[in-house]
Amino acid sequence: MRASFVSTEVVNGLRRNVSMTIAMILTTAISLTLLGSGLVVVRKVDQAQDSLRQAADVVVYLNDQVSAEDSACQQQTCSGLRAELEQASGVRSVKYLSRQQVYERAIEKFDNRPELREIARPEALPAAMWVELGDTVDPAAIQQQFGDSPGVANIDNQSDFVRSLVGKLNDVRDGTFLIAALQAFAALLLISNTIQLSAFNRRTETGIMRLVGASRWYTQLPFLLEAMVSGIIGSLVAVGLLVVIKEAFLDGLMKPLSGTGLLTPVSYADIAFVSPILVLVAAVVSGLTGYLTLRLYVRI
Amino acid sequence: MIRLEHVSKTYKTLARPALDDVSVSVDKGEFVFLIGPSGSGKSTFLQLLLREEVPTRGRVIVADWNVAKLPRRRVPKLRQRVGCVFQDFRLLNNKTVFENVAFALEVIGKPRHTIRKVVPEVLQLVGLDGKADRMPAELSGGEQQRVAIARAFVNRPLVLMCDEPTGNLDPDTSQDIMLLLERINRTGTTLIMATHDHSIVDSMRRRVVELSEGRVIRDDARGVYGVGR
Repeated sequence: MRASFVSTEVVNGLRRNVSMTIAMILTTAISLTLLGSGLVVVRKVDQAQDSLRQAADVVVYLNDQVSAEDSACQQQTCSGLRAELEQASGVRSVKYLSRQQVYERAIEKFDNRPELREIARPEALPAAMWVELGDTVDPAAIQQQFGDSPGVANIDNQSDFVRSLVGKLNDVRDGTFLIAALQAFAALLLISNTIQLSAFNRRTETGIMRLVGASRWYTQLPFLLEAMVSGIIGSLVAVGLLVVIKEAFLDGLMKPLSGTGLLTPVSYADIAFVSPILVLVAAVVSGLTGYLTLRLYVRI
Repeated sequence: MIRLEHVSKTYKTLARPALDDVSVSVDKGEFVFLIGPSGSGKSTFLQLLLREEVPTRGRVIVADWNVAKLPRRRVPKLRQRVGCVFQDFRLLNNKTVFENVAFALEVIGKPRHTIRKVVPEVLQLVGLDGKADRMPAELSGGEQQRVAIARAFVNRPLVLMCDEPTGNLDPDTSQDIMLLLERINRTGTTLIMATHDHSIVDSMRRRVVELSEGRVIRDDARGVYGVGR
């Protein structure tokens, strides 16, 4: 098979049908951008769930007085609370963090936010008990039981927060995938339609090819490659769009979350992870659509 | 070279068969005119040889291949051995004369050095040397048909099938095309030509197979167009 002949046919085919080709590339690109966004969300949710497992399930913040006067947690209020928490049902471990230790953790987390590190002072932060719960335990029960205990300022149920965050992200993912699927359907129809048009435009050539004994592959390959090339260009545009979305919107949107340690910003590593998947999906789906169209609708 | 044995072809949309129990045998190197009015089955006859259609009954043998039983992937091999020329030339208008002829070799994967050698030779054979860079639109009808014949012949087929090749040409040009086809026939290529052109058939005195309503009604070794009518 002559590669130069096939490649010339592909380029000519794409050029002759330029408006349809552009439509095909853009539709594929939008569909794959949505698919890529969904995949990034899945990755972020996985990472958030990992950090959920690492974080304490419930954090009991101590009031100012205890935080200031009992940094070693030896007085009755603090040590009593600690003992009670340790004995409460479902509690796996309790870890006390003094004001200074909470501050050090915070400084660590604010690593990339110098302005917060500047203003953070140990005195402004409460000492805390980090309580790890068993899998089946409802964090709200601890909240209820110890919410009014002496020395307690407030109880932060982190798993609830993470769970609702993960739930929202999963909704975003599902929505994105749904739109991606609809868009992909439009892209498939466009690919199929473009191939039919392309085959119609070149019916004289393909007719002659058949008559002089060109093999089915020789006749079909240019059309198939046309679909795949458009699909792959579409996937590359989608990767570009993901980069633009990250730079223009997501970086700004996710900056406030960067200190929480739950959701890390979307990085180029995330985009690099999904890019090959997008290119592969584009190549396979457009190739398959092209092949089926040629088999079903076009006599070559 | 070509054998049709009790071949019938029926179409669902037609009341009578397009071909009805046709048996014809053509030897290697023969020149055969296929004549008959429109709808007599000439085109179906030619389409069966190319496996554009398969017979409803009977056997079609071309160069030792049982055409109807040929697996799909072998059909291109058959078509490489059977060249075709049509009334409407079927040239690619965006390609030069050279490119049009080269196209037939490119699409069956012939190497470039072969194409560069063979195409000028066949252009000379059909009388188009010096016109390799012309576009089809710059040529006369007769010259365009010569390009089409060059394209059909460039791969040296065993059989050349011509479907009304002079149908769009004036009598003088038609005569030139017939001389060219005769020259090609003399190289040993079997030639089957469907035509309505009385004067050509009468002047060439070659074998004539006449079809009427799908049946062979005459098969003369050195026939004329109008005998018996």
